[in-house]
Amino acid sequence: MRRAHFKFSWIVPALLLPQLLVIFVFFYWPSVQALYWAFTLEQPWGGGNTWVGFENFRNIMSDPYYWGSVRVSTIYALATTALAMGMALVLAVFVDRQLVGSRVWRVATIWPYAVAAPAVGLAFQFVFNPGAGIFSYINAVAPGWWDLSKYPWQAVTAIVIAGAWKQVAYSFIFFLAALQSIPRSLIEAAAMDGARPMRRMLDLQLPLLTPTFFFLLVINITDSFTDSFGIVDTLTGGGPFRATELMVYRIYADGFRGFDYSGAAAQSIILMVLVMALTFIQFRYIERRVHYS
Amino acid sequence: MKSALPCSAAALCVLAGVASAEPVRFEYWYGLTGDLGAVVLETCNRFNASQDEYEAVCVGQDGYDKAVQNTIAAFRAGQHPTLLQAFDAGTADLMLSGEFYPVKQLMEDAGIAVDWDDYFPGIANYYSASNGDFFSMPWNSSTPVYYWNREHFEKAGITEAPITWEGLEAAFVKLKESGQACALAYAPSSWIDLEQFSMVHNAPVASNDNGYAGLDTELLFNTTLHVKHMENIQRWLNDGYALMRTQAAGKTARDSFVEGECSVFFSSIADHNTFHKLTPTFAWDVQIIPTYEGVERTNSVVGGASLWVLSGKTDEEYKGAATYLAFLATKEEQQFLLENTGYIPVTKSTYDALLAEGFYYNEPFIHRDIAMKSLTWTEPNELTRGLRLGGMIQIRAEWLAEVEAAFAGQKTLQEALDTAVARGNDVLARFAQTYAGKSFP
Repeated sequence: MRRAHFKFSWIVPALLLPQLLVIFVFFYWPSVQALYWAFTLEQPWGGGNTWVGFENFRNIMSDPYYWGSVRVSTIYALATTALAMGMALVLAVFVDRQLVGSRVWRVATIWPYAVAAPAVGLAFQFVFNPGAGIFSYINAVAPGWWDLSKYPWQAVTAIVIAGAWKQVAYSFIFFLAALQSIPRSLIEAAAMDGARPMRRMLDLQLPLLTPTFFFLLVINITDSFTDSFGIVDTLTGGGPFRATELMVYRIYADGFRGFDYSGAAAQSIILMVLVMALTFIQFRYIERRVHYS
Repeated sequence: MKSALPCSAAALCVLAGVASAEPVRFEYWYGLTGDLGAVVLETCNRFNASQDEYEAVCVGQDGYDKAVQNTIAAFRAGQHPTLLQAFDAGTADLMLSGEFYPVKQLMEDAGIAVDWDDYFPGIANYYSASNGDFFSMPWNSSTPVYYWNREHFEKAGITEAPITWEGLEAAFVKLKESGQACALAYAPSSWIDLEQFSMVHNAPVASNDNGYAGLDTELLFNTTLHVKHMENIQRWLNDGYALMRTQAAGKTARDSFVEGECSVFFSSIADHNTFHKLTPTFAWDVQIIPTYEGVERTNSVVGGASLWVLSGKTDEEYKGAATYLAFLATKEEQQFLLENTGYIPVTKSTYDALLAEGFYYNEPFIHRDIAMKSLTWTEPNELTRGLRLGGMIQIRAEWLAEVEAAFAGQKTLQEALDTAVARGNDVLARFAQTYAGKSFP
């Protein structure tokens, strides 16, 4: 048999170039620029900047409210990830069992992923509205009990639920695909040995799902740190008194609304480092427990 | 005008070609949205229909803050518009960058005569440099007032809307006694509770004459009457005279007032027109924002937005922009804006002409000129001509978050305002450092 032999061809870099260019223009270039801004004080309208070294970082790190923001971002990320993946897994298992109407449910469950974050925020604004929404029924029973503008824990709960709802669809697709790729023969064999659905799920399907589970964990946590701004903006605006000021929302508020480009750039760098560190930890400690078949 | 008819004769075609010579186009980005955005667009259409030399291409940017954000991004890429409608809080950076064409200079260069002294001093001072030259063109201008439910007041035996806080508090008590559950629909607003409040009380918001005299400015509002005022509001909230009415709390203050839930609510005079459109079922009126007894009342300042001409455009585009700005300043166009929105006239001559015509004696404009009374109460002085603070948007956010925390009982108001001032001072210091060696024009 003849060995495949490729000559160097200009076609290869030519084909790669567009993709590389896109990554450069939309990722590397802005990242480098953010890194530079983080060490300067940048004038929004151009016209120069001053080198200030680590001062931007020192300012941020010494701000007690910033640590509050890191705390609530972490809570938000863990809670939305757990909630979204939990719900997605349950839904995927049911759809996989081919119960009546599972095709319809499959489509219905994938849909929310196509909804933009601000739209999700608006929809949940109605759900959680203390005066007119679904939660206002609680206030009809216990007046004043549900009020997003007063109680931080309620505001955090609201953004977690809205965020998780948006994430469910994505995890669902992957869980369902993974479940369906498990050979039927394995499940049938287990069934013949007398394993009931619950037992089959715990001992057979879940262990085989761990690679998917790990992948979704990394993606979901990253996503909740970086893509939560739209929900916060429409649902709580960071309030009450900064209780839902997630890191990424702060970056928007300081950088875009407040024209503090350098402060926002420094915060972006911190966020990026944090997400990278979390991803590293996940690969280092959790991936060890993942069984790739 | 472009003709869709095909040319039949050579001579006619030549004529048509001359008549439809491409007009000079210039872009105008505005922040107003909804009904008000439609009015902006309509002024552009009216301008384009009024002459065929220039064409204003007007693009809505979905909000004041987005208009400035988008313009900055476009400016950095060299794709910015000629004209920008910018709100006061977002223009400190623009002022110091120098990337604008002062309108006084623009009008002179374009050979358009403008009587700058015709502008109300409260408006003129706000939009001009320290030497008195206008750097942006006043257009949609407002000032805060309070709206009151005439029927609730009459039921409580109050015949006149008070113009002191003591009087208004007495009214709250009477309203409550008359069976009205909520007297004041309250939403914290730095613009009304802090900035305009300080103006009418001749109290400083910040040092350096509210920032006009230099960039090394420090906030002072934790040491003025503002503290007592916020404590009073907190007391009214706690005693049930006032209810917190914000979007997050489920209902806005305006909705609460329109539904007749609360009897009083503070907002911009620009809401006057919106109110008529909402057609409340009760009689209502407006009154100037109150002052505390024993304080000599001073003028309030203008809010809203002004039109900025940005640098880096061609002479032709500048001429177009100048023509458009002159067009907007005519009495006819000011009146068009007034009739379709709740904004106020910006020049004395227009205001006088409207008064002479009895404009304010007809619904829906009755009493809308109360805003002018507030704005022209005294001649502006060093403390009442406005604010020149960098990072104003962040300072407002600090104030709001701290005041909310105090209202929720997390800290006292004095502590909250002290924190807001300290954090605001950090913002100001950063701003001064960013523009080291520069000063406001």
